[in-house]
Amino acid sequence: MPSKPLKLSPGTLYRGHEGMWSWVAHRITGVGIFFFLLVHVLDTALVRVSPEAYNEVIGTYKNPIVGLMEVGLVGAILFHAFNGIRLILVDFWAKGPRNQRKLMIGVGVVWVVLFVPFVIRHLTHVFGG
Amino acid sequence: MTTPEIAQPRSSSRARSLKGGGRNRSGQTNFELYSWLFMRLSGLALVVLVLGHLFVNLMLGGGITALDFGFVAGKWANPLWQVWDLLMLWLAMLHGTNGLRTIINDYAEKDQTRFWLKSLLITASIVIVVLGTLVIFTFDPCLDPSSTLSVCK
Repeated sequence: MPSKPLKLSPGTLYRGHEGMWSWVAHRITGVGIFFFLLVHVLDTALVRVSPEAYNEVIGTYKNPIVGLMEVGLVGAILFHAFNGIRLILVDFWAKGPRNQRKLMIGVGVVWVVLFVPFVIRHLTHVFGG
Repeated sequence: MTTPEIAQPRSSSRARSLKGGGRNRSGQTNFELYSWLFMRLSGLALVVLVLGHLFVNLMLGGGITALDFGFVAGKWANPLWQVWDLLMLWLAMLHGTNGLRTIINDYAEKDQTRFWLKSLLITASIVIVVLGTLVIFTFDPCLDPSSTLSVCK
């Protein structure tokens, strides 16, 4: 279906608006986190092989590229967590749907408040401050 | 020319064709309802479990620079962290597997494709959950007798 500019589709509350995009982002972050989790269980399982095997593999993660990927991962987890709480509130809280816009803003605010300190702390570790 | 067919809703097509025990009046199981509820309940628990995990491992102390075998050994010497990690493993894998199941149902068009993708998903999930559970329960930081870790003294 061809996408129309927003002003030509005043009848829809959902399509092309923040509700739809948060659903898309929830799916994308969810899939990303799931595949990270598979790898994370496998790398942690190396503690059963030997201390050297575990330390060697974890050692390869301690570089700026993986450090920045971890920033992305935590950003995705924080979004998925608080967007998930938003949709629980929309589903179960009687006033949730009426306050959906405020809840959306709340997700953004909490995300920034938790993500910014994490980025500062983590990048300080990664870049050896 | 063939007339375009409108497919049945996928998530419950099998349930629709069956009747009987454990089903509601419309002939469907309540599986999708429980799955929907499970995503919300496990999601809430995971917010606490995962954010706690990230805070302790990446924010406190030396963060990522302090992660090594000794760090894991120190954490799992405490039963609280064993239970924490076990719960997190099981809930996150069930939550993630169910999420991917929904996505496969939504985007894979052919019955065969959905069957094989879901088979692969479930196989991978079982392997990861069993492996992770065994690692948490059979981990012994002091197998090496010359270990200098503080938990081994």
